[in-house]
Order: sequence, then structure tokens, then C-alpha cells
Amino acid sequence: MKSRTLKRHFAEAFKSLGRNGWMSFASVSAVTVTLLLVGVFLVVLLNLNHLASQIEGDVEIRAYIDRTTKQTEYNDLQQKMEQIPNVNEVKFQSKEDGLQELIKSLGDEGKAFSSLKNENPLPDAFIIKTKKPQDTSTVASEIEKYDHIKKVDYGQGTVERLFKVTGVARNVGLVLIVGLIFTAMFLISNTIKLTILSRRKEIEIMKLVGATNGFIRWPYFIEGFVLGLTGAVIPILVVVFGYEFLHGQVNNQLDTVFVKLLPVYPMVLQLSVMLAVIGGLIGIWGSMTSVRKFLKV
Amino acid sequence: MIEMKDVWKTYPNGVMALNGIDIYIDKGEFVYVVGPSGAGKSTFVKCMYREEKPTKGSILIQGTDLAKLRERHIPKMRRKIGVIFQDFKLLPKLNVYENVAFALEVIEETPKVIRQRVMEVLDLVGLKNKARSFPDELSGGEQQRVSIARSIVNHPPVIIADEPTGNLDPETAWEIMDIFKQINERGTTVVMATHNKDIVNSFKKRVIAIEGGRIVRDEQKGEYGYEV
Repeated sequence: MKSRTLKRHFAEAFKSLGRNGWMSFASVSAVTVTLLLVGVFLVVLLNLNHLASQIEGDVEIRAYIDRTTKQTEYNDLQQKMEQIPNVNEVKFQSKEDGLQELIKSLGDEGKAFSSLKNENPLPDAFIIKTKKPQDTSTVASEIEKYDHIKKVDYGQGTVERLFKVTGVARNVGLVLIVGLIFTAMFLISNTIKLTILSRRKEIEIMKLVGATNGFIRWPYFIEGFVLGLTGAVIPILVVVFGYEFLHGQVNNQLDTVFVKLLPVYPMVLQLSVMLAVIGGLIGIWGSMTSVRKFLKV
Repeated sequence: MIEMKDVWKTYPNGVMALNGIDIYIDKGEFVYVVGPSGAGKSTFVKCMYREEKPTKGSILIQGTDLAKLRERHIPKMRRKIGVIFQDFKLLPKLNVYENVAFALEVIEETPKVIRQRVMEVLDLVGLKNKARSFPDELSGGEQQRVSIARSIVNHPPVIIADEPTGNLDPETAWEIMDIFKQINERGTTVVMATHNKDIVNSFKKRVIAIEGGRIVRDEQKGEYGYEV
């Protein structure tokens, strides 16, 4: 294809967008509404996922060690734990550190324990973080079997329930978003199909005048892309400014429960790109599927 | 120029539209195709620009066999044949100038040549001053003139017209015929299917009559031969 023909296709696409004003408007509106839903939903979902991860990330295993254990055996233990496939890191916490932490976490009441410093009742411990929080219980039961381990504690029971809840929440979210995207595709492609359906005659005529399929397709391709992209503009603005506003309002209040929303950047930028890409692709897809039907004249 | 050899066409629904057509049309000829409705006239014409593919036989236009033509070579072939329809078939969202220019854009002509050639043919059909009008702002006769302009703008050796005056009043029909005469005098072959008795009988040319999918009459300077 010659470059002037490509130029012609672009000119033709924009001319057609203008001359089919209302149809273009209808398509853009359909894209706007659906992408708005997708965008808002994605923001909510990504944040829920983020919150869940933060909570899950707090889960760790504490393995308390028998007081009779010798120093060399400590090292063996640590090495053995580090070699469990799903373990990310193993930290040693001496009984002194343990007590310090306990006193700190109890605040004012903790001061009562200060007297114990000379006669520390706590055992030494290893703190184990797994690569995936979901592996916590299997790793914990593995460690439990080792010698010199007095007790393994990771919030048994509570942790399993937590993972169940976050797991279900993630799956539900995923199903919803997939459903939403399919609905969006259906809606948009239907609207675009309508606009092109009205041009069935046009395509027939073009073929009779000797236009190749490619020649006919190009302007529609560009048109679909522009329609989809234009439809993404408002959703992107809403996501960027809406989330910036929401983030400022909500994040401070969340601080009290030690979790945070996703930072505004780069998330809104990634989402914007994603919405633009979805819009453009759906636009192209919608116009191409409908043109293809009429090209077989 | 155009040669049909034993052409048969049976539609999927069983209608036998053409039953063994043999014909030769020379370069520069003007040919009327006449016959009652449903006799196969339309199919005959449609086979010439490959809107219909014959079931059997061969159709040679300038040495190319349309019956064997591959799907992807059809566009190229159509550029060598100007086609004119009863219902004009103009692109509704394009103005007169753009409609005519389309046929040249398809062959990737330069903008300069396009402008020049389009204005040339618009002048020929007398629509230079309506270049910016849209089809729905034009009368039937004017629309048909645009469609003729489009069909001749890239100088095809053959023009095929399927009842070009069918939707026009007698006076306008004659105006259109004058344009066809001019085109033919420049050496372009013209094949015209028509129901217009007056035109066939007064502007005498070769007449091919089709009935029941066969050629029943083929005479130089012929008559329409049917009662209207």
C-alpha cells in the first residue's frame, strides 16, 4: 500500500466519523459507559486484593525452641528450615528480643513484665516467612516434626479462615471482572455492528467499483479504533481524578488499622493504559467482525 | 473483446437462468440486451462483471476468463469494467466528487491526477457545478450521471449498464443515452440491458434478445420487438 493511500484511509475514517455523527456518538457512549464500569470495578478490586495481601503478608510462623538445644544445633535447624522449598526467610529471635517485643506490644501494661528481664521465661524462636502466605500451614506442620522444636505458632485456625475469605473474595472478583469485560465487548460490538450494518450497501458498492477487501477494511479499522479510544477518555479521567480524590479521603482513616490503599501512581497510569487498550481493541474488533460479514459479496 | 462460450447458470434454488449462451461482442460495439422480465437478462449482464459466477462455460473479457477468475483477482478485473445500475449505487455519505474519485483512489492514483480526471468526467456528464452535492440532494437523472462518471473515470474498455434508464422519466432517459452515445463514440464498448422500447427503436444498434435463458435473436440495427 502506498503512503498516500494510508493517508487517504485516515482521512476517510475521520470523514465518516463526522458524517455518521449520531452513530459515532452512540458507539462512543456505549464504550464510555462500559469502560467506566470496568474502570471503577478494577480500582475497587485491585485495592481489595492489595488489602488482602497486606493482611496475608502479616502471617508468619513462630517456631519456639527447646531450652536444652545447643548452639550448633541452632545453626542446623536454621539451615534445615531455609531449605524447605516454600520458605522465603528464616529469622532468629532470641528470648531477650522476644521479651522486648512483647513488652512493647503491650504498651503500658507491658511495663509489669520488665521485672522478668533477669529471669526470662520465654524460649528462643525462629520467625519464618513463606514465599506464599497460603503455604504457611504446610510449612508449619513440616517444622513441627523437627527435633528441638517445642511449639509452632502461626495463628492456627484463624489463618486458615483468613485465607479462605481472601481466596473466595479474589475468585469472586475475577469472575465478576471477566463477566464485565465480556458484557462490555458484547455491548460495544453490538452498537458498532449497528453502525456498520447501516453501511452494508456501501461495502457492496465499493466492491463493485473494484475495491479490494483490504482497501475497504482500512477506514473501518481506523474508525473502530478511534471510536473505542474516544470512548475510553471519560473513564480514564474518572479513574485518575476519582481515585486521587478517594485516596486522599480514605487512606488516612485506614491508617488506624495498619493497612493502606494502593498508591495513586503508578496504578492509575497502568489502569489508564489498560482502559485505552481495551477500548481501542474492542472498537477494532467490533468493526472488523461486522465488516467481515459483508465483504463476502 | 467479450466472448461467452456455452455459458450456463443454475441458481442454488434450482432456477435455470442461462441455458447455453454463446456470443461475441467486438471492441467498440454498442449492444442492447432485451427480453421479458425473468428471462435471464440480468444474470447475463451480472456474469459479465462477475457478480454471478456461471455454473458452466467460459466468459472471456480481454482474454481473461471470468469463470475461472480467483476471488482475490475480482477487484482488479472490475476496474477494467465500468458498471452502471438501475438504482445508481452511489455511496450515500460521499458527495459527487468523492463518489467519482473513489474509483481512482482504489487504483491508488495520485491526488493530482484524481482531481484532474474527476473534474474532466464531471464536465463530460454536465455536473461540474454539483461536485459538492450529496446523492440525496440530486435528481434521479443527476445521480445516474454521477454513476456514469464514476464508471468511466478510469477509462475502462467496457461499460456494462443494467437498465440505466429504468428509474428515469423519458426525457431524462434520453439525456443519459446521449452520454452513452458519446462514450461509445470514443471507442468504449457498451453493453446495455434495457426495457426502453423507444430508445432501442430510435437509436438503432445491435440487439440481443434473451428468453428462457437462451439467445433467441441477435441482429444489427435491431428492433426492441416486445410490446410494452
